[in-house]
Amino acid sequence: MTDVDTVRRTTPDGGGTQSTRAAAIRTYGLTKRFGRQAAVDSLDLEVPMDTVFGFLGPNGSGKTTTIRMLLGLVGATEGTMEVLGQPMPKGAALTLPLVGALVEGPAFHPYLSGRDNLLRLDAADRTATASGTRRRVADALDRVGLAAAAGKRYRAYSMGMRQRLGLAAALLKPRELLVLDEPTNGLDPQGTREVRAIIRDVGASGTTVFLSSHLLPEVEQVCSHVGVMSHGRLVFSGSLGELRAASASRVRVDTPEPAAAADVLRRAGTGEPEILGHGVVADLGATASEDLTEALVKAGVPVRQIAVEKPDLEEMFVGLTGEGFDVDE
Amino acid sequence: MSTSDLALPLPASASARPARRISTRLLRSELRLVFRRRRNLAMLAVLSTGPILLGLAINAAGPSPGEGPPFFAQVTQNGLFLGLASVLVALPLFLPLAVSVVSGEAVAGEASTGTLRNILVVPAGRTRLLLVKYVGVVAFALACATTVVGVGILTGLILFPGGDVVLLSGTTVSFGEALSRAALFTVYIAAMLATVGAIGLFFSTLTEVPMGAMAATATLTVIAQIVDTIPQVQVIHEYLYTHWWLAVGDLMRDPMAFDDVSTGLLTQAVYLAVFGTLAWARFTTKDVTS
Repeated sequence: MTDVDTVRRTTPDGGGTQSTRAAAIRTYGLTKRFGRQAAVDSLDLEVPMDTVFGFLGPNGSGKTTTIRMLLGLVGATEGTMEVLGQPMPKGAALTLPLVGALVEGPAFHPYLSGRDNLLRLDAADRTATASGTRRRVADALDRVGLAAAAGKRYRAYSMGMRQRLGLAAALLKPRELLVLDEPTNGLDPQGTREVRAIIRDVGASGTTVFLSSHLLPEVEQVCSHVGVMSHGRLVFSGSLGELRAASASRVRVDTPEPAAAADVLRRAGTGEPEILGHGVVADLGATASEDLTEALVKAGVPVRQIAVEKPDLEEMFVGLTGEGFDVDE
Repeated sequence: MSTSDLALPLPASASARPARRISTRLLRSELRLVFRRRRNLAMLAVLSTGPILLGLAINAAGPSPGEGPPFFAQVTQNGLFLGLASVLVALPLFLPLAVSVVSGEAVAGEASTGTLRNILVVPAGRTRLLLVKYVGVVAFALACATTVVGVGILTGLILFPGGDVVLLSGTTVSFGEALSRAALFTVYIAAMLATVGAIGLFFSTLTEVPMGAMAATATLTVIAQIVDTIPQVQVIHEYLYTHWWLAVGDLMRDPMAFDDVSTGLLTQAVYLAVFGTLAWARFTTKDVTS
């Protein structure tokens, strides 16, 4: 654990490589077609280093296919990609040891114990020392709270325990990047909270986390940056703040005298009002809506209706990705 | 890896470099996986009942000189021949079936449980994983052949006389020499089964349904043996991978006749090269979507 931290701090070329490694993940026109259907369609994605990046989108929007391409499991039809500064899949042998991954739910040998399953994955890693294998596996199991069930066969694990074992596999070694595909699927609320706490913890320790989810609240809780996928395309990418700003509250005043209302709004400190027929719309900004009502009345502007429209992230998400139930796979 | 690859900016952590260039950890893990699996142990147990039943049957029926499959007539003279007779009884179906199961499972089994994606993102390396899988299959083939011959010899020595052995050519050799010939015999059988394993491994890279790969491998082996008995297609017989299996009997002559045995080994090598290459080409380019 500490040896990598030390390496990170003392690497002499650390500053020099930082600029070239500013992005943990970068894709250029990444496309994957299965038959005629494009699962991922010219994706230009950039995940900055040291962020917790939420990769948001409904089921079937191409999230998992993107993750599989990034990890070298599936070949891209078109486009190129870099993970931790290395081209993928060419640089897989150098990059993947630094990447912990949980792809599309946990998958382990049912007749082996949780511990034996992790020992097998550790044995497959040529960059891991044989002497530390027991320690690493025990630490990873401990971290996800599976130490007590380590000797049980995977077959006997509950859904929540399976998900945790998948997380433990991703955390076997200190990682530069953690790729987690729907890590809280199938967990009860308690387990969900614990897994999110682990993710925040890992993110706080300087590991970049790439978290795919179809749950907006999950992304809001743990992520600093967001990319939104819909039908294989990236429809939004930026910080959580930018996503929130894009969904700022707006005030709408219905009035027969829109010009006068616009003046009042401008003076009250809203964003630039926009006149639409018998109405005025403006970003509310920091202005309180009750102050606005008072100002309009005092200025003698006849008001038919005043409304504050606050599209929450949920509506925004639906607006970006379309309503549900149109799974066209 | 060319120098241009190494010129790319490396991740800051030193842990990306292999701890050791050659590590047997994955291989040992694979062998544990194969030999700890209850189903595989059950198959070995079932295979070991064959020689026991055969020994009891010959013991009850008494000698039948000049009749039956190879080595049957010799069994009552020396128990060692029970091991060889048993393996020839198991060779047409039971042994290839056991190897078909393990080799068909190799990649398809990991794909069907989804563990394939986990081990590939470690990263295990596709070529390395395939090689390790094949070594596991060959080890199991050797274990099958050894089990049948070993249990056969032990049962034979309990039921029938031991001591010096009269070979098929009439020469007498010491029990020790006969035992080392039986070891060669076992290795040859394992080598024949290794071809079944290579075919199974290839089928295993084609599907996510292990049962499909197992059935295809076993069926192909049975078909090859049937074709080998049809005189109209005799011209292709010597190219069938099953054709040279019985040449193993030449190892129990004095002097040992190596002509057919070496042709047999060469044929297996060609099959191994072809199916090994096909498996590699398929597995290293395949989209892992399971």
